[in-house]
Amino acid sequence: MAMIDVEQLQRNFGSLAAVNGISFSVEAGSIFGFLGPNGAGKTTTVKMLCTLLRPSGGQARVNDFDVVRQRDDVRRSIGVTFQDASLDDQLTAVENLRFHAMIYKVPRADRERRMAEALALVDLSDRAGSIVRTFSGGMKRRLELARSLMHRPAVLFLDEPTLGLDPQTRRRIWEFLQGLRRQHGLTLFLTTHYMEEAEACDRIAIIDHGAIIVSDTPVRLKERMGNDRVQLETDAPEALIEELRSRTPVTASHQGSIVSLSVPHGDQFVAQCLPQLRTPLRSLQVRKPTLEDVFVDLTGRAIRDEEAEATDAMQTFFRRKR
Amino acid sequence: MFDWQAVYVIWLRDMTRFRRDRSQILVSSIRPITWLFFMGYGLSPSFKSSTGSGGYTQFVLPGIVMMAVLFTAIQSAIGIIWDREFGFLKEMLVAPISRTSIVVGKAIGGMTLSVIQGTIVLLMAPLFHLHISAFGWVVSFLIMAATSFGLSSLGITIASRMRSFEGFGAIMNFIVMPLFLLSGALFPLKGLPMWLYGLVRLNPLTYGVDLLRGSLLGLNQFPSALSWSVLLIFSLVMIAAAVWQFNQTES
Repeated sequence: MAMIDVEQLQRNFGSLAAVNGISFSVEAGSIFGFLGPNGAGKTTTVKMLCTLLRPSGGQARVNDFDVVRQRDDVRRSIGVTFQDASLDDQLTAVENLRFHAMIYKVPRADRERRMAEALALVDLSDRAGSIVRTFSGGMKRRLELARSLMHRPAVLFLDEPTLGLDPQTRRRIWEFLQGLRRQHGLTLFLTTHYMEEAEACDRIAIIDHGAIIVSDTPVRLKERMGNDRVQLETDAPEALIEELRSRTPVTASHQGSIVSLSVPHGDQFVAQCLPQLRTPLRSLQVRKPTLEDVFVDLTGRAIRDEEAEATDAMQTFFRRKR
Repeated sequence: MFDWQAVYVIWLRDMTRFRRDRSQILVSSIRPITWLFFMGYGLSPSFKSSTGSGGYTQFVLPGIVMMAVLFTAIQSAIGIIWDREFGFLKEMLVAPISRTSIVVGKAIGGMTLSVIQGTIVLLMAPLFHLHISAFGWVVSFLIMAATSFGLSSLGITIASRMRSFEGFGAIMNFIVMPLFLLSGALFPLKGLPMWLYGLVRLNPLTYGVDLLRGSLLGLNQFPSALSWSVLLIFSLVMIAAAVWQFNQTES
């Protein structure tokens, strides 16, 4: 069964099509990742699926409910962790959870137990009575995750769940999410621009300029790229390319002092070819294709360009200020 | 079918925040209480004739109570902008509750805080030799509640339109201060120039002030039935506007 089913979904802001007629579906119990640079339309899509934004066109169903006509049914089916914090930071952790439990009509008899469970799940039991303002970014994110699960949603939406967090916290949150999927069969829909997160999804869609460019499993996407990457660093890149071409039919290009090759079996190629090379090398690297390569190949640019880095830094800065 | 539980939860959150930040209540009491003392005693000698037997200090007390009500109502409604800024609004918007219950919860929250704040000022009454009966207190609560519900709704309507705090100063200067100054809170309505009298009559707060002054001092200018009707209509129109405006909200 498809937990999320999207057809020709469209959202315009003025003359700009932030999301431009995308279609996809997400199997129940799977982890689905939306991979794309900032401004690609990821958050806009999530907001439409969560009933916060009305689509300009097309259709979307979540848990078999229409996101426009059956808003409350959709809302009861989903848990959401937003890109920016959505806690009341003047309240304590427990007060935030209680608000959530009450507004989602968790039965009174279950309320306290589920709150305690939620806190234990994310290791915050000892901070239950602390004001959220005193929490670190990672603690807030964990609390939000726990909160979004309290009403037992069928699908969890995570908009950049680990943005601006340190690697340790990121790993913890991921382990936690994968545990949820294993134990409760929860469907996860997440957006990210971290390649390692996209790798962990069952299926990903690469989105750019409001359109889905490709959607498949990470493994198959990488297989599509076929060849391994070999990078050779040298002081004389042009001479090296010349020499390589004279020996084997190979496509090579260089950026500065780095010469990049795309060959079927990188390790064998290096072992056979290298001893014969006359151009001196400074270093070499052989690697399997990554999703980053897939992305660059499909869009013609790197996902984390400088602009994205700057936005990230700014968001981290603002979050800290708060 | 109206979702009273959701209204209650929204209201309860505002109360929890209020209890948490108790120093706030002192800070917000300082302004009306200073006004009360300095305006009251400062202008007392100039207003001997037209302000009743209790003098200007007694005359201005209901006005200042209403000032506290007005400021608190608008301020608490403005909290919606904070909620938007700090993200909590999304937690409410994505929950399976109607936008209407969020607005009504917020309006009742603003009303509750306004009544509390107004009461603090009203507690000063004995200092000005004004003694309020039990019945007087009950009527005062009702008047403060009726006035502040509409004012909170007005604040929510404005806050729903605003994306940031940049417009906050404009609201204070172009809405809150005129409402206060043109309400007859500070001066009697007799003998005002026609244009000013006209503006005062158009201001819903005027009727709240007049009712309270009537109930405490017997100095009302308008029939109570008229004043109550104006407050009721104002409340209904404003809550409808707030619900409509808030429903336009996309996050």
